[in-house]
Amino acid sequence: MKLDAKIPEGPLSEKWANHKFKIKLVNPSNRRKYKVIVVGSGLAGGAAAASLAEMGYNVSCFCYQDSPRRAHSIAAQGGINAAKNYQNDGDSVHRLFYDTVKGGDYRAREANVYRLAEVSTSIIDQCVAQGVPFAREYGGLLANRSFGGAQVSRTFYARGQTGQQLLLGAYSALSRQIGLGQVKMYNRHEMLDVVKVDGHAKGIIVRNLMTGTIERHAADCVILATGGYGNVFFLSTNAQGCNVTAAQRAYKRGALFANPCFTQIHPTCIPVHGDQQSKLTLMSESLRNDGRIWVPKDAETAKKIREGNLEPNSVPEEGRDYFLERKYPSFGNLAPRDISSRAAKEACDAGLGVAKTGLGVFLDFRDSIIREGKQTIKERYGNLFDMYQCISGDNPYETPMMIFPAVHYTMGGLWVDYNLETTVPGLFAAGEANFSDHGANRLGASALMQGLADGYFVLPYTVGNYLGEQGIAAAGKVTTDAPEFEAVEKDVRGRIDRLLSIKGTESPRSFHKRLGQIIWDECGMARSKEGLEKAIEQVKALREEFWQNVRVPGEADELNPELERAGRVADFMEFGELMCRDALMRDESCGGHFRVEHQTDEGEAVRDDENFAFVGAWQYVGESEAPTLHKEPLIFEAAKPSVRSYK
Amino acid sequence: MKLTLKVWRQKNAQTKGRLETYVLDSVSKDSSFLEMLDILNEQLIADGEVPIAFDHDCREGICGACSLTINGIPHGPDRATTACQLHMRRFKDGETITIEPWRAKPFPVIKDLVTDRSAFDDIMQAGGFITARTGSAIDANEIAIPKDDSDYAMDAAACIGCGACVAACKNASAMLFTSAKVAHLNSLPQGKPEKDRRVLAMVGAMDEAGFGSCTNYGECSAVCPKEISLDMIAQMNRDYLTAKVKTFFSQKSA
Amino acid sequence: MALTGLVLVLFVLGHMGGNLLIFAGQDAINAYAYQLHSLPAPVLWGIRAFLLVCVGLHIWMAVLLTLASRKARPEDYRQKATVQATYASRTMRMSGVILLSFIIFHIAHYTARIIPGKEYNTQLTEVPLVQGGETMLKQSGDPIMTFDVYTMMVAGFQVWWVSLFYIIAVGLLCLHLTHGVTSMFQTIGLRNKRWENRLNRLALAYGWIIFLGFAAIPTAVLIGILDAPALTASVAAEIPTQIATLEK
Repeated sequence: MKLDAKIPEGPLSEKWANHKFKIKLVNPSNRRKYKVIVVGSGLAGGAAAASLAEMGYNVSCFCYQDSPRRAHSIAAQGGINAAKNYQNDGDSVHRLFYDTVKGGDYRAREANVYRLAEVSTSIIDQCVAQGVPFAREYGGLLANRSFGGAQVSRTFYARGQTGQQLLLGAYSALSRQIGLGQVKMYNRHEMLDVVKVDGHAKGIIVRNLMTGTIERHAADCVILATGGYGNVFFLSTNAQGCNVTAAQRAYKRGALFANPCFTQIHPTCIPVHGDQQSKLTLMSESLRNDGRIWVPKDAETAKKIREGNLEPNSVPEEGRDYFLERKYPSFGNLAPRDISSRAAKEACDAGLGVAKTGLGVFLDFRDSIIREGKQTIKERYGNLFDMYQCISGDNPYETPMMIFPAVHYTMGGLWVDYNLETTVPGLFAAGEANFSDHGANRLGASALMQGLADGYFVLPYTVGNYLGEQGIAAAGKVTTDAPEFEAVEKDVRGRIDRLLSIKGTESPRSFHKRLGQIIWDECGMARSKEGLEKAIEQVKALREEFWQNVRVPGEADELNPELERAGRVADFMEFGELMCRDALMRDESCGGHFRVEHQTDEGEAVRDDENFAFVGAWQYVGESEAPTLHKEPLIFEAAKPSVRSYK
Repeated sequence: MKLTLKVWRQKNAQTKGRLETYVLDSVSKDSSFLEMLDILNEQLIADGEVPIAFDHDCREGICGACSLTINGIPHGPDRATTACQLHMRRFKDGETITIEPWRAKPFPVIKDLVTDRSAFDDIMQAGGFITARTGSAIDANEIAIPKDDSDYAMDAAACIGCGACVAACKNASAMLFTSAKVAHLNSLPQGKPEKDRRVLAMVGAMDEAGFGSCTNYGECSAVCPKEISLDMIAQMNRDYLTAKVKTFFSQKSA
Repeated sequence: MALTGLVLVLFVLGHMGGNLLIFAGQDAINAYAYQLHSLPAPVLWGIRAFLLVCVGLHIWMAVLLTLASRKARPEDYRQKATVQATYASRTMRMSGVILLSFIIFHIAHYTARIIPGKEYNTQLTEVPLVQGGETMLKQSGDPIMTFDVYTMMVAGFQVWWVSLFYIIAVGLLCLHLTHGVTSMFQTIGLRNKRWENRLNRLALAYGWIIFLGFAAIPTAVLIGILDAPALTASVAAEIPTQIATLEK
């Protein structure tokens, strides 16, 4: 298989305009003859469904939540980037493009990133028109803040709830179309498979989660906007329901999965409290502006703190190791996410970790409270301190906060070309579900930008192009009576029956936890050849055990959250192996992917542009066979690769 | 810590439900309330029983999925806190905790503690939007919006649509939810052209869904995890009256 | 609810003002009553009908709201709790029902005067109308005679249980108003954060003023500050006997 990214001709800055001119259009009066399925109702899915419906297509939109408004995009706190240059500080489309490619450690596709930067400005316009209450200056114009990885101030925000406000904007546009009958919304419906007819994606099989009914839905094309796979780690900042099922099903039906090993670990999360933990909570990185990160210098002191026999505040200055300030004097506590996360892990691996579990480092505001006064610190971080106290029970004004890195975002995803179309014709992937724009590491405030760019400004063109190419004669041709639907539905039912019939002894959650531990240990912040090889075997064995011994209570024809979980865990079991394989294949360190074999003497990541400047896209070839790797070479014309240094 | 839980169990919308009693022996006080339910469910699965169904997703207080009435109070005893952010250290060792679903006719129970809140979506579909086709927007800085107005809109827009307001209201009224959306959109210049028809349509959809009426108890705002103010209801009432009077005397149909 | 409430809120204030004239003396309150009663019949009955319609609508709306609320929660919580709703707000329906029964009694007692044993029309003789210290005369030169409201009130309140019911009722009215007045502003949309506390205080003050104003009269009668010299010995003797009969 030859991967064709279909990057348009012409200079970088003209590619998108050229492409928009050349692509096929569908006459407005013909659009109503087409049906489009959108799976997922977050920023990418909600925006795409609303925009396509406004254009006149018949849209069916599916989400597993009880309302499209609850998609996990809602949890994004920080903001959304856009090259508006409202601050007059030298921002431009080109600079946003450059920062994103560099931030992604030169593993993203230039043309896609450039387009992303280009449409970023329209996103802000669109959101303001919808009534998104972005922060404003007293003069009434929009305010900006700066974010990691950029030297300009280009992030738009709505308090600490930017994701929520953007999602509510998309949701309101979607609601309008639902009210008009242009979108048929299916809440509490989970997609369980893709149906291909003559090689093209023409529908999906879903389970109505309220009744357990298995339903067939046919359409002229299918868009997957189903989010990332961070929950393969069990503990992550993702919502409980986030899953890889839709992407994994698409992968097994022929869509290639790209760069699954690229995952982002966020350094400032609240540490795990014990084995009853279900989820990790992120705290804004801005805390690192005033907090100093440290661990005790000797393991004995750390042990005393863990056991509660020593107050952290009583550790004298000379007994503290401010390890980020020591290792990265110029960036100090503000070193990038991946670097800070790894340094914390190393400290804990050396037995210096604090928190009861030994997995935590201090983030200490003592000095800044002395320097700036408690009131100032309260004004800056009051809500974060309150949240920390609510979750941990400790008062961060009195005793140092504890933090630990957690999985936060996944850059990998279904391989898509410039049109966001996967290798299955008619099957599109958008938002976190695709791999395209962030390379090996995502910059802060770029996820929201990408989701909305895909949904509002890319898919409405490229979906039309696909439908136009198929011709009006093909519109609505495929119905759910097709034998292909019959066959896939049978597979789906078979799998559900199998899960329910095992009647073993271990719960789906317990298996999920064990899987997460393997992936976290061997395919988390630091990865090695031996570890990954071991993990692949362990995951395989765990999968076997799962299919022998899982206990799924309840029935198929009712609301059954454990059955839902079991299905998702089963897919994570398959996917986890693929992720480890990808990490093993990528014998270099880049962005969020750190191979211990490839580091400098000081522990910095060493990228291998000569051998690994490609997208690794995996093709499924069978249950018991190793997947086939396809490489899409990455060519950098405008942003020449350089070494990232934060010394 | 040791806990006695009285949990509402109901197989589906058709059958009658009742409170069942469960005992949990070792719950960490650092667990969240939902993690405590996870532990109970693991125990039930191990005992061969059907675990308790409850809605939850983000577990960080923003998605609005969790919907538990804890000891008679939606989202439990802490102010401005969703059930998922509530932690067990808030309770005493040996305490008995009663857990019920949201109770309102427009929120029928699907199973156990899971209710169907799509009535909120219906209200949104009636008018909870600004008509702005993708791609038709003017530059974002074309209209200056005073910071105070923008902040006020944000106060209203913070609503997470969980439905605790309805659950807490002794009349099962949805005024706080509806008014938060009305206040958010009606107070911004972008939302002005549709102001009257929005408030009329949304209030109409709210009444049609069968929610109770507002008698100004204020319980809604007191349990709201985002502390949406009763001011939003006052604004909606004002906008509604104005719109009614305007349409009564207007030549144009709203 | 709010609009009819507003009418009734203003009515009770006016009513109280009028009643307090009792402290200005027998002539003053009698003159005030005379003026009210000598309004042209259509106006007098128009006002009465309007007030009755307001009361009726107020009750009807309350019934509708209550029914809607019941319907909106067919299955109630097993464990109930209240976070911040005030006692007044939670007892509006109860205080309303008791007030209604009081209003019926009150109208029957003093307006229609049909409570057995208290048909004052037959017991009290008319007195001359005095305005500004001067007895008003007809063209014929005879004094204008008017109904002795003053004596009726004093006689009425000298009955301890009438006074007690009256004081309890105005107490409940106070409670009803403290929630009703703020609620009224909220319902018509004239309330915000800044005004919230002021309005709450205003409603509380209003409720208390009404309570104190109304309760002052029976209290004054009971402790003897207000007395009725005009009560003829025969009538004065008659009333207790009649009460005794009634109480049997």
